[in-house]
Amino acid sequence: MGEATLYGLCGAALVGLGLFGLIVHPQPLRKILAFNLIGGGVFLLFGAIARRGAAAGFGGDPVPQALVITGIVVAFSATALAVALLLRLFQETGQATLHLDG
Amino acid sequence: MTDRPLALDIGLAFLVLGVAVWTIAARDTFAAVVGFVAFGLLLTLVWARLAAPDVAPTEAAIGSGVTGGLLLGASTRLHGTQTPAPGEKPGAILRLAAAALCTVVSAGLAAIVLLLPEPAPTLAPQAATNISATGLGNPVTAVLMAYRAIDTLLETVVLLLALVGVWSLAPDRVWGGFPGPRHHADPDGLLPFMAQLLVPVGLLVGIYIFWVGSVAPGGEFQGATILAAMWVLAMMAGLVDAPAVSRRWLRLLLVAGPAVFFAIGLAGFAMAGAFLAYPEAYAKLLIVTIEVPVTLSIATMLALLVAGPPERALR
Repeated sequence: MGEATLYGLCGAALVGLGLFGLIVHPQPLRKILAFNLIGGGVFLLFGAIARRGAAAGFGGDPVPQALVITGIVVAFSATALAVALLLRLFQETGQATLHLDG
Repeated sequence: MTDRPLALDIGLAFLVLGVAVWTIAARDTFAAVVGFVAFGLLLTLVWARLAAPDVAPTEAAIGSGVTGGLLLGASTRLHGTQTPAPGEKPGAILRLAAAALCTVVSAGLAAIVLLLPEPAPTLAPQAATNISATGLGNPVTAVLMAYRAIDTLLETVVLLLALVGVWSLAPDRVWGGFPGPRHHADPDGLLPFMAQLLVPVGLLVGIYIFWVGSVAPGGEFQGATILAAMWVLAMMAGLVDAPAVSRRWLRLLLVAGPAVFFAIGLAGFAMAGAFLAYPEAYAKLLIVTIEVPVTLSIATMLALLVAGPPERALR
């Protein structure tokens, strides 16, 4: 088992961990955090696949690596939009909850 | 690649998982966000171990730094809303079911990782053969700016749309005004002093990292994040105020990157017969012509996404 497989398994565990947090945490900010953990796990899976594709003198396949860079930036913009929505909800209602009767 | 992972890798993987568990399990939201920032920094080390020196600074700057700053700010503002309302907390059965589901998902992904085809499929040889045509020396930049340039073009558009989305959350009375609260500089404080010291150095580092990206690890996203971080630092220290979102120069700065990218992409039809195709003799020149406004636009978008929607009306 090389380091690519090790970090691939780590990524797989992170996806499950993040998904658990996304389901069980009632607070929206914690859900956003958990969602970012899932993202980190998915990116690590890409990293493992890129590392396995090391060839032609490159330490890894540059295509999945470039996709991860794009992914990190898109994940940030989605997080920023989610946080702005949450803060506006708090501003309007005085509470930050997804609970309907709250 | 060695056959057995080093003790360092095993330790790092467990540290990443441990901090991730903390991020999910911590009672206090602020503590969880601090855990997330540490998680991002550890992932940066993982990217270095995975021979991805272009991903590592992006993770450190955006995944950990800018996202962490945004979430820390939000958790401070939402302080006091942490206790979930009764009936909101999931019951034991739901938690067990969620744990079972997530274990199945993780096990499935782990099985895929262990059963990946041998030899691994890779596009590295193709990336290496055609790199001379782009005039670049860094294969990841070649993928971002030449082979898969359309991804990068659409990514700048996604950032712009996210910013439009954030701005549109402003209440009517402050529309077109200044984002976020005004930070006032404490003349004897540490933050303004640090900002005065760091910002000029940071700007230089950001421009260098952007420029060196064509031949070495670095590039427009990493450079843009550092430039954005310096702007955010100067705003937080109260040295400068965030610009009102209705300023014409600001709007022009934001659309300059995607617009130039799109225009050169369209010119590709005339020059090389396809969208975003570069004629070989001018490839490097055109790529740099795109990268300069794109870097400025991305830096502006990132800083304004952190600053948030307008909160103070134009006077």
